Amino acid sequence: MINFQYTRANDVADAVRQIAADPTAKFIAGGTNLIDLMKEDVERPSRLIDISRLPLRTIEETADGGLRIGALVRNSDLAYHPLIEQRYPMLGSAILAGASSQLRNMASTGGNLLQRTRCYYFYDIATPCNKREPGSGCSAIKGINRIHAILGASEACIATHPSDMCVALAALDAMVHVTGPGGERAIAFSEFHRLPGNTPQRDTNLRPNEIVTAVELPARGFASNYTYLKIRDRLSYAFALVSIAAALELEGETIKDARLALGGVAHKPWRDTAAEAALRGRAANQATFTYAAGLLLRDAKGYAHNSFKIDLARRGIVRALAQAARGAPQSQSNKKIL
Amino acid sequence: MPRSSTAQPITDTIPVPEKTPMVLNVNGVEMQLKVAPWTTLLDALRDHLDLTGTKKGCDHGQCGACTVLVDGRRINSCLTLAVMTDGAKVITIEGLATNGALHALQQAFIDHDAFQCGYCTPGQICSAAGLIAEGKAKSAEEIRELMSGNICRCGAYPHIVAAIQQAMGQS
Repeated sequence: MINFQYTRANDVADAVRQIAADPTAKFIAGGTNLIDLMKEDVERPSRLIDISRLPLRTIEETADGGLRIGALVRNSDLAYHPLIEQRYPMLGSAILAGASSQLRNMASTGGNLLQRTRCYYFYDIATPCNKREPGSGCSAIKGINRIHAILGASEACIATHPSDMCVALAALDAMVHVTGPGGERAIAFSEFHRLPGNTPQRDTNLRPNEIVTAVELPARGFASNYTYLKIRDRLSYAFALVSIAAALELEGETIKDARLALGGVAHKPWRDTAAEAALRGRAANQATFTYAAGLLLRDAKGYAHNSFKIDLARRGIVRALAQAARGAPQSQSNKKIL
Repeated sequence: MPRSSTAQPITDTIPVPEKTPMVLNVNGVEMQLKVAPWTTLLDALRDHLDLTGTKKGCDHGQCGACTVLVDGRRINSCLTLAVMTDGAKVITIEGLATNGALHALQQAFIDHDAFQCGYCTPGQICSAAGLIAEGKAKSAEEIRELMSGNICRCGAYPHIVAAIQQAMGQS
């Protein structure tokens, strides 16, 4: 870790002013990812602006029946919040599927959105990486790529976004509220993260000097028929090889509405509205789920070590939709997949 | 560690900032200290306050050996900048016993032989104290899941779970 200066932000406007005044500065909140990256010399900010004391820790009901979650609400506080447990259990389940109790006690909502990929080459500064050093090349494409993307990758980058929470937020149609030098704006969750293209150094569509202030959930929480199914190399405390957030609204045996998003497969949480549309109006059965899974994976592409993820994702989607249809969400403590 | 010649050299062009004075309440005692911005809470405890019970394992938040309680919540002190905890209440393994009597978890770890080398034990015990305070784990399965941030390379997990169950029964 290199030496750096440390300052505190007094309010959101002050945070934006401070970061705009120093292009090599970074915000710090929970620090669970940033400090780690700084220890690896992947991130080398000259200044850290501490935003952890800003008043962004509340969870409030919105006028239209949704929830507004302050950017500094800790992951554990969010997962165990009564309104999340009652109305958005898929989000709580996804959060509890990620990291460890200690990290969830530290990590913030906004920081979860902004965490970087766990691609081993991104972390290893001795190897080329277009995300870390644009133009240096991608070591993963012809290297060890077992954990890498099968959807939406580019020749420049096949890294995945590591978050569990964001997969549920994508499925739930969340909005991200940000403040920048030009004022406030809201970004649809599907537009917040981006695909790598030729500029994999950019993980999100945040503009320079913007700060995430809140994440807003719409009223619909799919609290009856949902699951978050995460498949990984260890039973706990590991990133997803493939994860699936699946939610259904049923009318008898017929699917009235559906949400389907995947983690561990792309540079962003992968929500597929075409696959969702294919589920609507059909019977909630194996044939329907298999058809939707095939549709979602229509453009999937494997590399030397991760082709297994395509079949894993296909079976995972079918299983997750079946769990959602049964109203039997995946337990995050008993890891038996039923 | 050798660095690639293609990587940018790490320069020292950034001036060394003044150390920041800060206050920590550690195990019930108010401590004044001065830390550099990059000093982690783990290093502040071990190197500034000589509280070496808290262990440095991976130093990357992956093993849990550095777990302490900050304002009652278990966290990884290796990924926490000390300066950001200014004014906080910290409990380390040294602060769990009261008047010479072992904390229920410390006694339970002895009763169940819940360690071999002992290096992960302070983190396991502080984490278990946080777990019990959170009140989310009831079954052995839930204890295992919510203790997954603490790695024991001796593999004492079954005894650790038994020790935590014993202490839970007493709390």
